[in-house]
Amino acid sequence: MDLSEHAVIVGASHAAVQLMISLRQLGWIGQITVISEEFYMPYQRPPLSKGYLSGDLAEERLLLRASETYEKLKVQFKLGCRVTELDAKQKQLILCNGERISFTKLALCTGARVRRLEMPGSDLKHVHYLRNLDDVKAIRKSASKATKAVIIGGGYIGLETASSLTKAGISVTILESESRLLKRVACKEVSSFYQRLHSENGVQIKLNCLVTAMHGNSDSDCVTHVVFDDGSELEANIVIIGVGVIPNTELASEAGLVVENGIVVDEFAQTSHPDIVAAGDCTFHSNPLLKKSLRLESVPNASEQAKAAAASLCGIKKAYSELPWFWSDQFDAKLQIAGISQGYTEAVVRGDASIGRSFAVFYIKNQQIIAADCINRPKDFMVAKKLILQQTAIDVAALVDEGTELKHLLIN
Amino acid sequence: MPAITYIEFDGTEYHVDVAVGSSVMEGALNNMIDGIVAECGGCCVCCTCHCMIDPEWAEIAGGPNQEEAELLEMVDVREQTSRLSCQIQVTEEMEGMVVRLPESQY
Repeated sequence: MDLSEHAVIVGASHAAVQLMISLRQLGWIGQITVISEEFYMPYQRPPLSKGYLSGDLAEERLLLRASETYEKLKVQFKLGCRVTELDAKQKQLILCNGERISFTKLALCTGARVRRLEMPGSDLKHVHYLRNLDDVKAIRKSASKATKAVIIGGGYIGLETASSLTKAGISVTILESESRLLKRVACKEVSSFYQRLHSENGVQIKLNCLVTAMHGNSDSDCVTHVVFDDGSELEANIVIIGVGVIPNTELASEAGLVVENGIVVDEFAQTSHPDIVAAGDCTFHSNPLLKKSLRLESVPNASEQAKAAAASLCGIKKAYSELPWFWSDQFDAKLQIAGISQGYTEAVVRGDASIGRSFAVFYIKNQQIIAADCINRPKDFMVAKKLILQQTAIDVAALVDEGTELKHLLIN
Repeated sequence: MPAITYIEFDGTEYHVDVAVGSSVMEGALNNMIDGIVAECGGCCVCCTCHCMIDPEWAEIAGGPNQEEAELLEMVDVREQTSRLSCQIQVTEEMEGMVVRLPESQY
């Protein structure tokens, strides 16, 4: 590592911030440049659909680090600048203004973008997606005049948005195409709980429904209704679409890097190019702990993977092999998720999911716990992480018995 | 800005100015103090920003809220003055406060 080297990070994200800090800690003395198409210094994304949307959290509190921190780290930012091409052979990036930037090492922290629903009327005013700070600023502006919100998509983003808009005094309806909320990521008990939580807070939920168009006011181009496949309509003066994200892999794939459902990296965050690493939501990464490759949309993943990426750029092998975890805040329910439930054969409940706001669900496969959804149970969550990592057969009867302390199931 | 002293487990001391209204966790992150991990960014969900308030400052820092107390039950080495640093809002009265960081946040 020497002064003439130049590390470039594409994307001003959670991963980028951790990467630059780790680079300096590992002794990278060369230049570091961050290029981002957004105009903001790195900010936290999780609060966008939660505290920032509801108005509880001010914009300046979203910043990941104070500006002086970046001065101390001697990191240059190029904001509002889109990278249009990666020339992996020449080790150059081409920016939207034609500028070429040479790098010795490159980190792709390009994240993901929303999946768009194209239909007649989907370009009307007050129809929004939620991913970036600008998206939420626009939602807040529309919401300030709205009384009826329709949210398309009953996943975590949709549910958090429903909670935040309800708190802001707007009447909210969630539309979900599947037979239950959170169908792809949670068991029936958790889906039922969220249906109840939202209903008890006045949110309307319509399942098994398909929106095929949006109608608007012909004078102002503002959305007024969503239209279902059976021709029926529902009034709305703001619509928010939350139907998942797509990883930003185009720079990598066009440069010839290996891409699947994300930029393919190994446990060291190394791409198929020796001088290029990638970290965060954009990666399809190998996780030795889970013994498989996967793509995650998660802050802890972005940060921990970025540490491995920085190490790789410095020629150090530091494997990223963490248990994924996530959280979601809606109304008075704080959910903490440990592990990945995909492939479970049995889900068991500790506590009562049908009343109140406190229970935990454990997902079991081959007699072992592979994941847990903990609602207002921070202690159970902390133990669950350890139980998953333990990878031993679990006594299900004891697991669901509230008389048995969960931590007594830990070995050691 | 109040100056707060963070002492890492290995004894390394950091004397840093932390803005009133921000959290003790943010003070650590902004100054690249490694002993605070803060995986969740300060939402009181992950328990990786544990610190121990110097007993002399315990009253000024205050005690944990209920959620925080539950998470703290699970840290490896909990002390009388253990707190999650994301839940401590910095005030003028914290000028000179000393907080110690644990060996590991996991």
